[in-house]
Amino acid sequence: MKKIKLTIDNTPVTVPEQTTIMEAAQTIGIHIPRLCYHPDLSLEGACRICIVEVDGARTFQTSCSTEVREGMTIQTNSPEIRQARRDLVELILDNHPQDCQTCERDGQCELQNLAYTLGVRERLYEGERKTFPLETSSLSVIRDSEKCILCYRCVRMCSEVQGVHNLTQMHRGVKTVVTPAFEAPLADSVCINCGQCINVCPTAAFQEKRFTDEVWAALADPAKHVVAQIAPSIRAAIGEDFGLPAGTPATFQTVTALRRLGFDAVFDTNFGADLTVVEEAHELVLRIKKNENLPLLTSCSPGWISYMEHFYPELIPHASSCRSPMTMLSVLLKTYYAELKSLDPKNIYVVGIMPCTAKKFEIFRPEHYTATGQPFTDAVLTTREFAWMVKAYGIDFTKLPDNDFDNPLGFSSGAADLFGTTGGVMEATLRTAAEKITGEPLRDLNFTQVRQVEGLKEASIKVGSQTLNVAVANGLTNAQTILEKVKAGKKQYHLIELMACPGGCVGGGGQPYPSEGRYVLDRDLIRLRAQALYMIDEKKKVRKSHENPFILELYENFLGRPGSEKAHHLLHTHYTPREPRGIK
Amino acid sequence: MGNTLRKFNQVKQSLLEERARHYDEAKTVIQVGSATCENAAGAEDVRAEFEKLLKASGRDDILIRQTGCTGRCSQEPIVGVFVPNQFPFKYEKMTVAKVQDIFQQHVLGGQPVVELILDKKTSILYSRVVTFSSLSTVSTGLPSKWAPIFQERLKAQGLPVDTIRAFTGGCLGLYPAGEEGDRVGMMVFPEKVIYAFSTEQELDQIIQSHFIENKTFESLLVKVDPLINRFFSLYGDVAFFNKQTRLTLRNSGIIDPESLADYIANDGFEALAMVLSKNDPQYVIEEISRSGLRGRGGGGYPTGRKWQDATTSPDPERYVVCNADEGDPGAYMDRSTLEGDPYSIIHGMALGAFAIGARQGYLYVRAEYPLAIKRLENAIAQCREANLLGTNILDSGFDFDLEIRLGAGAFVCGEETALMYSIEGKRGQPRLRPPYPTQSGLWGHPTVINNVETWANVPVIIQHGADWFARIGTESSKGTKVFALAGKIKNSGLVEVPMGTTLKEIIYHIGGGVPEGRSLKAVQTGGPSGGCLPASMIHTPVDYESLQQAGSIMGSGGMIVLDDQDCMVAVSKFFLEFTQDESCGKCVPCREGTLRMLEILRRITDGRGVMEDLDKLERLGRLIQKTSLCGLGQTAPNPVLSALKNFREEFEVHIREKRCPTQKCSQLIKYEINPDKCTGCTLCARRCPVGCISGTARQPHVIDQERCIKCGECFNVCKFDAVNKR
Amino acid sequence: MTNQSTLHPDVVAFIEECLGREHPESFLMAVLHKVQDYYGFLSQAHMYEVAQRLQVPTSTVSGVSTFYHFFRLKPRGKYAISVCLGTACFVKGADNILEAFKTELGIELGETTKDGLYSLENTRCLGVCGLAPVVTINDKVFSQVTPQQVPEILNRVLSQDTEKTAPTPA
Repeated sequence: MKKIKLTIDNTPVTVPEQTTIMEAAQTIGIHIPRLCYHPDLSLEGACRICIVEVDGARTFQTSCSTEVREGMTIQTNSPEIRQARRDLVELILDNHPQDCQTCERDGQCELQNLAYTLGVRERLYEGERKTFPLETSSLSVIRDSEKCILCYRCVRMCSEVQGVHNLTQMHRGVKTVVTPAFEAPLADSVCINCGQCINVCPTAAFQEKRFTDEVWAALADPAKHVVAQIAPSIRAAIGEDFGLPAGTPATFQTVTALRRLGFDAVFDTNFGADLTVVEEAHELVLRIKKNENLPLLTSCSPGWISYMEHFYPELIPHASSCRSPMTMLSVLLKTYYAELKSLDPKNIYVVGIMPCTAKKFEIFRPEHYTATGQPFTDAVLTTREFAWMVKAYGIDFTKLPDNDFDNPLGFSSGAADLFGTTGGVMEATLRTAAEKITGEPLRDLNFTQVRQVEGLKEASIKVGSQTLNVAVANGLTNAQTILEKVKAGKKQYHLIELMACPGGCVGGGGQPYPSEGRYVLDRDLIRLRAQALYMIDEKKKVRKSHENPFILELYENFLGRPGSEKAHHLLHTHYTPREPRGIK
Repeated sequence: MGNTLRKFNQVKQSLLEERARHYDEAKTVIQVGSATCENAAGAEDVRAEFEKLLKASGRDDILIRQTGCTGRCSQEPIVGVFVPNQFPFKYEKMTVAKVQDIFQQHVLGGQPVVELILDKKTSILYSRVVTFSSLSTVSTGLPSKWAPIFQERLKAQGLPVDTIRAFTGGCLGLYPAGEEGDRVGMMVFPEKVIYAFSTEQELDQIIQSHFIENKTFESLLVKVDPLINRFFSLYGDVAFFNKQTRLTLRNSGIIDPESLADYIANDGFEALAMVLSKNDPQYVIEEISRSGLRGRGGGGYPTGRKWQDATTSPDPERYVVCNADEGDPGAYMDRSTLEGDPYSIIHGMALGAFAIGARQGYLYVRAEYPLAIKRLENAIAQCREANLLGTNILDSGFDFDLEIRLGAGAFVCGEETALMYSIEGKRGQPRLRPPYPTQSGLWGHPTVINNVETWANVPVIIQHGADWFARIGTESSKGTKVFALAGKIKNSGLVEVPMGTTLKEIIYHIGGGVPEGRSLKAVQTGGPSGGCLPASMIHTPVDYESLQQAGSIMGSGGMIVLDDQDCMVAVSKFFLEFTQDESCGKCVPCREGTLRMLEILRRITDGRGVMEDLDKLERLGRLIQKTSLCGLGQTAPNPVLSALKNFREEFEVHIREKRCPTQKCSQLIKYEINPDKCTGCTLCARRCPVGCISGTARQPHVIDQERCIKCGECFNVCKFDAVNKR
Repeated sequence: MTNQSTLHPDVVAFIEECLGREHPESFLMAVLHKVQDYYGFLSQAHMYEVAQRLQVPTSTVSGVSTFYHFFRLKPRGKYAISVCLGTACFVKGADNILEAFKTELGIELGETTKDGLYSLENTRCLGVCGLAPVVTINDKVFSQVTPQQVPEILNRVLSQDTEKTAPTPA
């Protein structure tokens, strides 16, 4: 590629052509401030914060979008630029609530951070401020338009990455508001609760629906037996919220923290994942044998499930009937575990620690209620909420000793850990399904074909005499691509893993906000979190779900066999088309 | 490619034959204006009345025809009467009542109704009209001395001076500037001949031959067809038009905008036929480049370069777009062209499409212009019918078709990237450039977007040549520009002048100046993106660079004249209210910055301003100029910044003295009762909606200033002139 | 979506025609114009159906219909009074005319009288600047209007109306 020579702040720089000024400045250690820019989203050019002075240009140029040219001379910090950036940030602040101290994102707000670093110390232009009611209809996501600074990252995320096209801009000028169609409540929209809008929001215009108060109350209630379960991806990401390097596994400190918070028992969603693998592999083998409803579509991701119900109701028969690992485990906690411990299920309070906001919606689906009308899972906390509780309690997370899960629902195979990353459900299911199909032990457990963090992967895997065509999609735009191929019918797929969030659960809508210098959903960060899970898997002795001794015991003592009537009743579910119908 | 010309001649022949079946020059023609403005003034009723009378008369040698807006809007409806072998006459402010007189006296009787003639310049009817004009494209000052000399000579020869009118006209544009030497042009009507001469002897020779012997004086005759002055012969002697040079508006108010045949009869589609037969797209681009034509939408980007840019992409799917989303809220030259001469735009676009290799074009038209849309639809259908649009146009192998897309009331859609999104059915919000539309436009394909006026110029350039066109205007701004002259001006209307004409010439010589008793305060050009120039800058020539240097811009051609009764703070606020309301909301400086500027201006006009507010206005204005995403945002502060620069003391009076010198800012008006004049009649006290006037009967009353809401009711009702407003 | 259409068959036919052409989604605004021609405004039910039929995300329809001021989201009165607030009209006192209509009708800009007869709107330049200030009532243009003429204009409109009431909404 051609090299371009230019000067940035009197420093000669040589970069390949098509490099942007923002990227070129980074090579000499200058971080140009920015707000609406995100590397995985299209360029918007809305905030204007990343402007620089280019010699010969009439106006200031946005460095996110302007490519370098030979001989260009650029000033990133002239007095005019500094004043302009400062004024732009003030203009944003002037139309933003002044409630930083009580705001959810205090200390983790990009706008607050910019106002500080760019030196907005007084208000020059203050005037009228927009007012909007808080929108709390959704079980997962709260929308606070007063805090919205109209950077449109969420709109781009919702359409470009997720293909949901739920969020849009309505009206124009200062009256512009980011909202679902016709300012409908999120609950009545095609929102699939993935929470990626929260992830990319630089302020607190989107937040998860908090459950911390309910959980604190349950923990303080002596009549309640409060149990926790933690999702596979939590262990790979939680450390970041306590200053640990990205990709540091923190499984056992998390267990300890939960015990300190007062949970009566701590279980692992991984156990549910192992159970899911066994049930789903059974379902797959059966469908292959009967050659019906192929490909089998995975059902762990509640964002994907909602998406299917809104956008692809015609594919419902293809979806695995397995409840998600979390709900499977919750069901067992209120049945199997309750029996074992002689507890009244009504007194068991199950809290899921999840990377996910859609899980908050999932637990209130009527299919996931006990016969007596309680949800199997009583509350879902995102990684962020859980980390906040730990901090609120004053627990010094990094100094905590290790502690193991409670059994019989705490032990898991390495396959289960993989559920936290894209391709993981696929790999785990293949480990079990392959042995079921061939009746022989696998020589190599690592299905590296499905491992990278790319949005869409396809592979053809030889299993005995059969070739299984599989695909893995994360991010719903990728899901759409593969589902349209399925519908076109040109190729026979057997199993497709679908995850709503980019990178799978490690990139979930409830995961920690990125530490300084990183973008949300930073590819590198996603990769590091995924690597932590692969590392855990490598180190485990049991790496196939169907070899988890507690799973075997569960079938023997309680469920019978995979696909049994009892297993079906307790572990499987069904889906219904949802209104409003989504339009792709 | 000989086929193309043959095919064109066939098309032309059949259209003209069809036209000749009901129209020939031996007939008397009643021409009624038909345009949004004409209809608003009542033209439809006038036409119906003529039709009624015509039917009753049983005459079949009289025709009623329609034409678009002539641009003389404040005198509409306008009706023209063309009696064979007579001067044409136009009548102004027609009403149904006036129709009877004109029909009887002029149409049937051949005697013009003098007192109803447009602009009432004449009280007598001339037998001849003679204009002395510059032969080139710039006013030289030479012609002005000749009209009096000519009249002296006539007198000396004993000729009837009273019936031969002589005056100084505009520019003929026949030669490049400087090439005419000391010669001037002399046009004689109704014969429509032009002489070029430089000495009194030559003038005498012309008088002897033409006026005494009734013979054309061949040796001094100019044999070039002066396209740009054709208007006179069809429109009669109207001062408003005599100083204009009409290229874009060459057919507006002349042809029937619903008759392709009329357009063809006026050289229509000759350029396309010629170009298609030549089959050399690059030739078209080069001609446009050499002509020096620049975008008339406001930006002034060289049109030829834009077209060339679009051809550099390897992508073979390309588009041409006409931006007919006239957004300046005080300009309507595009509407007039769309309604009066839709064919020129289609013709221009076809030429552009051929040049860049596009097969599809879009006309993006304001939905607020229903008549323009109807006329365009009709014109497109007729052109398809005549094989001037569609596949294999004129057997040349060139395919091109047009589609109309309607805007829906968003000023920002005049910005080219916003316009493209709107055509694609999306929110019309500008996007980052590059890539420019010529690289990645509609649906990602190279797209050339020009506005109405630019496209309308293309056919004349191709037909008459780049050299001819480049003679008109100034060094860097070629050709003419149409302005919508409005506001405090006697003759409001559409004015087309060569680039380089001064504001003074436009306002005074064509526009007739501000109304009696008032004085010129400022001229606003460029609409919401432009600036206010004070009366002292009236000698500024209108061209892209001069206006910019003066602190305004050419813009799309809005020209609003302000007089001493207009408040510059209020005018600034008006424009900012507009841009703030029309901001798309995408980028921070335009969305938030204009809101804060408007708040400051409101403070000032409400009497709550402080001096620091002026610095804040300037700082915000510069910020918005420097950092906004699109051209509209970058220019949004211009009206305020230019007013601040040129009329700062007026802002200061509003702030320091809490006073609006023109009494336009209602919150700053103070109503007081003059105790010497007040009779204590109590009327004002009874009418005051907030009851803030007190006093006993037959005693002077007092207004409580704290509670007064400045509604002005007391001022309006006082019969004794006792309420003072200041 | 149910097969029961709430849209006029002509609008449905127009959408069908658009679907057969290149870039069908680009006809969204054209379809909305058509709906407004038939119903006077864009109702949510109609826009939902447009979205489904044209296969354009509902959020896009909502974003587009609220971006452009020409699209009305509320029914308008039988007589839509639109005061031009372009520059030429402004300097010739259009704001006073707007005030006169507000006083006469007792409504604010963007509102409709209770009897459903009149809506008060504004427009940004009709391109009739030579006749400023101008007001339109439905398709009829009134030029060089003065505030004093406002009651008379309203009277004239109503005197030509034989019913003198607004149709009751369906």
